[in-house]
Amino acid sequence: MEDLIRYAPDLALGFLENIKLSIVGAITSLILGTVLVAMRVSPTPVLRAAGTIYVNVVRNTPLTLVLAFSALGLSDQLGLVFSSVPSVNSFWIVAMGLSAYTAAFVCEALRSGINTVPLGQAEAARAIGLTFMQSLRMIILPQAFRAVIAPLGSVMIAMIKNTTVAVAGGYAFDSANKMKEAFDQVGASIPIFLGIVVAFMCVTLPIGYFTGWLAKRLAVVR
Amino acid sequence: MTENGDATPLVQLENVNKHFGALHVLKNINLTVSRGEVLVVIGPSGGGKSTLCRAINRLETIDDGKIIFDGQVLPAEGKALARLRSEVGMVFQSFNLFAHKTIRENVTLGPTKVRGVAKDAAGKRAMELLERVGIAAQADKYPAQLSGGQQQRVAIARALAMDPKMILFDEPTSALDPEMVQEVLDVMVGLARDGMTMMVVTHEMGFARRAAHRVVFMADGQIVEENTPDEFFTNAQTDRARDFLSKILTH
Repeated sequence: MEDLIRYAPDLALGFLENIKLSIVGAITSLILGTVLVAMRVSPTPVLRAAGTIYVNVVRNTPLTLVLAFSALGLSDQLGLVFSSVPSVNSFWIVAMGLSAYTAAFVCEALRSGINTVPLGQAEAARAIGLTFMQSLRMIILPQAFRAVIAPLGSVMIAMIKNTTVAVAGGYAFDSANKMKEAFDQVGASIPIFLGIVVAFMCVTLPIGYFTGWLAKRLAVVR
Repeated sequence: MTENGDATPLVQLENVNKHFGALHVLKNINLTVSRGEVLVVIGPSGGGKSTLCRAINRLETIDDGKIIFDGQVLPAEGKALARLRSEVGMVFQSFNLFAHKTIRENVTLGPTKVRGVAKDAAGKRAMELLERVGIAAQADKYPAQLSGGQQQRVAIARALAMDPKMILFDEPTSALDPEMVQEVLDVMVGLARDGMTMMVVTHEMGFARRAAHRVVFMADGQIVEENTPDEFFTNAQTDRARDFLSKILTH
């Protein structure tokens, strides 16, 4: 227990990094996932194919490899730089890698939501003269989102927990890496381990309950 | 038929063919709809009536032939097609009101987003139209809170809000409970009286008799017979039509 108390401030700072990664990841992956699903259902074959390939490649690649690719491939080899400060740069490298990965899951959740919207909704939208993008934006996606709030909650919970592999993308300041550093010094400590688990549950459990509640509240009645 | 000075037909179908796989659903269809005309399409299920109706605003594509609306060949896609669709109202069997929007929003969406009408003006017009179809009191409810007949009347108001040159009705009363059929037909008869160009796929022979200028009988993907309602119901020319009428008019 004293190990936990000794390392708590450091671990808390690390956990804050997990939260920061999660916030950036949630926003970016929801936007990118929405763009991807628009591509996957678009009438243009090239866009559809590109969306499908992206989702199938990224969704089936282990996250640690996606992050390593972001750090080594995009950043080191291709020179993609977010900031001249190395720690800030690697934060964004990991945040973008995580978002790119999570977006594939957001896309597929949304696509299953689109499948719950009756075909007649799109036909009615087209029949009053809305273009494809308008009907997607105003009619189809709003209903699809509401249908998949709970699954999207699960995707977000998974994403939050995935922030603990940030070190694979070269970002060594999150709570999981801090834990490893503490263990290196004092040996494995059950209290530290449990402390981090509880911290994550304090964030993820409410998200699960909240999205469940929201899903019921916003359900589209047909 | 009402005369409004323009003699060119509003819709012209020339040698239109369509297949669903091996099924030839539209066989060499030639048909014109004049301005102000109320055309009723009847016939057995699977005869191609709905497909014909949906082809006119290109919810169904055709394999060959030509569909001309208001002097222009139907655009294949994109903005031009969207513009054409905004001029052709459509009322569906299953209403298809936007489930996540209120009744008022259902009616104002097209004018504001497609035509760029100001929100206030669109809202005012929506209330007039909802008044006309008798649903004004329900304007802030959601579609699922309304009965089928009410929903279908809203769908008609939604189509009217675009000031269409024509309205297509694809079996508008087939999904309704019997006691709600009349309220929808009354609205449609009113539209017909006001001179709206209408193509109505229906099984409601009463409506055809009351409001139609012309009846088209379709079976097996072909137009088998075209006539005035009186002639058609009392003196059908083809065996196929007589056979169909004998089955539906005896009870």
